[in-house]
Amino acid sequence: MAQKGDLLLQMTGVQKRFGGAIALRGTDLSIRAGEIHALLGENGAGKSTMLKILAGVHENDGGTITLGNKPFQVGSPQASIEQGIAVIYQEPSLFLDLSLAENVFIGRQPIKGVGIDWKAAQDEAGKLFKELGVSLDPKRQARGLSIADQQVVEIAKALSMNAQIILMDEPTAALSASEVERLMTVMKNLKAANKAVIFVSHRLDEVFAISDYITVMRDGATVSQNPVANTNLQTVIKEMVGRELTELFPKTTHKIGDVVLEVKDLSNPAFFRNVSFNVRSGEIVALAGLVGSGRSEIARAIFGVDKYETGSVKVKGKELKKGSPVAAMEEKIALVPEDRRQQGLFMIAGVNRNISMESFPNLVNRIFINFKKERALTATWKEKLSIKFADASASVDHLSGGNQQKTVLAKWLATNPDLLIVDEPTRGIDVGTKAEVHRLIDAAAEEGKAILMISSELPEVLGMADRIIVMREGHQVTELTRAQATQENIIAAATTGKVA
Amino acid sequence: MSVTTPDSTTAKKPKFRFTWDTSILLLLLVVWVAATLTTDNFLSTTNVSQIFSNTSEITIMAFGMIFLIIVGEIDLSIASILALGSAMLGWSYERGTPIWLSIIICIVVGTLCGFINGILVTKVGLGSLAVTIGTLALYRGIANGLLGTKTVNEFPDYWTSFGFDTIGKSWIPQSLPLIIILGIGFGLLLHNTPFGRRSLAIGQSPEAAKFAGVNVIRHKIIVFTFTGFMSGIAGVIYTFRFSTAQADNGVGLELLVISACLLGGVSIFGGIGTMWGVIAGVLLAGSVESWLTLREINAQWRTIVTGILLLTSVAAPVLINKAKARRKVTKSL
Repeated sequence: MAQKGDLLLQMTGVQKRFGGAIALRGTDLSIRAGEIHALLGENGAGKSTMLKILAGVHENDGGTITLGNKPFQVGSPQASIEQGIAVIYQEPSLFLDLSLAENVFIGRQPIKGVGIDWKAAQDEAGKLFKELGVSLDPKRQARGLSIADQQVVEIAKALSMNAQIILMDEPTAALSASEVERLMTVMKNLKAANKAVIFVSHRLDEVFAISDYITVMRDGATVSQNPVANTNLQTVIKEMVGRELTELFPKTTHKIGDVVLEVKDLSNPAFFRNVSFNVRSGEIVALAGLVGSGRSEIARAIFGVDKYETGSVKVKGKELKKGSPVAAMEEKIALVPEDRRQQGLFMIAGVNRNISMESFPNLVNRIFINFKKERALTATWKEKLSIKFADASASVDHLSGGNQQKTVLAKWLATNPDLLIVDEPTRGIDVGTKAEVHRLIDAAAEEGKAILMISSELPEVLGMADRIIVMREGHQVTELTRAQATQENIIAAATTGKVA
Repeated sequence: MSVTTPDSTTAKKPKFRFTWDTSILLLLLVVWVAATLTTDNFLSTTNVSQIFSNTSEITIMAFGMIFLIIVGEIDLSIASILALGSAMLGWSYERGTPIWLSIIICIVVGTLCGFINGILVTKVGLGSLAVTIGTLALYRGIANGLLGTKTVNEFPDYWTSFGFDTIGKSWIPQSLPLIIILGIGFGLLLHNTPFGRRSLAIGQSPEAAKFAGVNVIRHKIIVFTFTGFMSGIAGVIYTFRFSTAQADNGVGLELLVISACLLGGVSIFGGIGTMWGVIAGVLLAGSVESWLTLREINAQWRTIVTGILLLTSVAAPVLINKAKARRKVTKSL
């Protein structure tokens, strides 16, 4: 048994590359027994990669990892478990039709004679639940348990396998306030039992309430590692966002016109509640916030791919039919979706067919598609957006991410929309193309289109938007003008829900 | 991941590509040559005429089925729809309904059956395989209920001659012009209209189709419905060609239709298919059948050959793609 303060895990200069992309560029982390250690950073800072290396999912390319005084054997999730590392994921994967005791001891049921000793399993599971400070009946079925309780069962399972280090990936993201409270109690009990808890969270208020240590990561490297007493909210936020704003975004000022989109009290309780905002002609409004804060779902509801429960969407003063992309397109709304490969493009079709998909009304003579007009349309947009491809009928799968994204943009710009919604318009594309995409969005606003942009990249939001609406867990936290917004106040609003 | 293709300003001329559909055309030619060489009268006008009229129902149903497979669904009940339509035709004609009205009833019943399939698949959200296995039994059962083991075969000569007579003294079966018109119509629908493009789009990615403003559910219902409509027309032709309305008309035809589509290069996973490929597929199946018949090879062997053709047509594209992928990997190493 580890004593409090024993060094359990030491990571030094850990590196990880995925193809050309560097996920970790030299990360340090030390974890001691009996401490709760928070891992912070923006989306893409490298937190998940780090957890996955410890969980045995990925292998590190460089650096050293030691457990106690032995080197860590990277290999499989099984190997990590055997070395005393357990991962509790956001969405637990229990067998819902089995009892809690069975779930805890799945695959390792205690044996008495020729059968399974259910009594022993139940007693043991009950004991673990008690240690964790929760009252769960080991005999009950897992079905119907709250997410929080399912996580507790997973933790009990980890303890039954002698886990010393418990990794939790955003454990509180899906929990209600009272559930968070319970989970925190469990974490404190783990700490008291001299286990080490590493957890990733975007809820900074919780982080400060419970952690002993805070490690901040940015762009694949450790920025700071401090006992909680030596740091504060402002410092941590500064460390998280410390990215440089470059001159990538040629934002120009445009004439702002009439309201094009008016969203009022829009709710789809599973994803967002009481969202109200408007977007004017010539204006770029950004929805900022963390992944999962309900931004994409709002876009989907406006465009009609999803339905919403209450509230209204008006386009140029006219109520828009709910749940109908056809109606949205008739009102000249365009949505460049989050996932270009799944939602934006037909991957086996060529640029030609992808671009014409939304423009049939302009390409059809009576009933038939005019192929000449179709080719001309492709040629026009190839030219306008400088999309690079050799053969307009060859599958878009062979294009680079940047050219694919431009193709999606082209097919929607070809419909000449009044409202253009772009969801993560520059995700996964190279820096040069990013700037081009920004220029195109800016040009669309210049033409008088209303733009609603969703982006997880703060420099992009700050560089492009006239107004910024910050979302957190489905709620609209605040609205900032271009002049008011800083990386710090956006992150603070998105992570704590409080307006700085 | 992806590779940037170099920009070229010169538009490339479409080259002949050795694809699945072109290979089927070649195979069709090979079969014709071989059959002509090994039999006395394969290319005789009577036999060619026979091939066309023997495949007329299959062809007509394939025109609907190609759309269904392209949108990623399937309908196994088409032969039962044909039978139910045929039974309704016979049953109502026998009760004194004018023949033209009986024909319309047959087609309307077929259309309705297709519509029911569409509603069950899209609105109730059941898989098309399961639904249409169910309706395969159901529609056939209703046909049995109507006619039992009875057959109706007293139809006006004018109509029964439509099934197998030729136009004047030529070799052209009377049903061929109808098939050609339908073929051109559905070919244009698939390749030259937004409806066809949307069908392909749905099969390639239902999710992306939704984001492109395609009403996926309505579209699928329409495709199911007109597959039923085509089965109804096939029911009329079948009834008159054999001068028989009975409940077990066309048993097993659905397999021939589906294999003709797959043979013609329609992807079983949806999103890919051409009309002329399917026509070549039907003709290939019909020609092989006719060749074997002329060679007096018995029915069991003919069924075995059809089975092998079907398996080949499903397996070959998958194997070819795997081989291509392997080559790509070796190249990039």
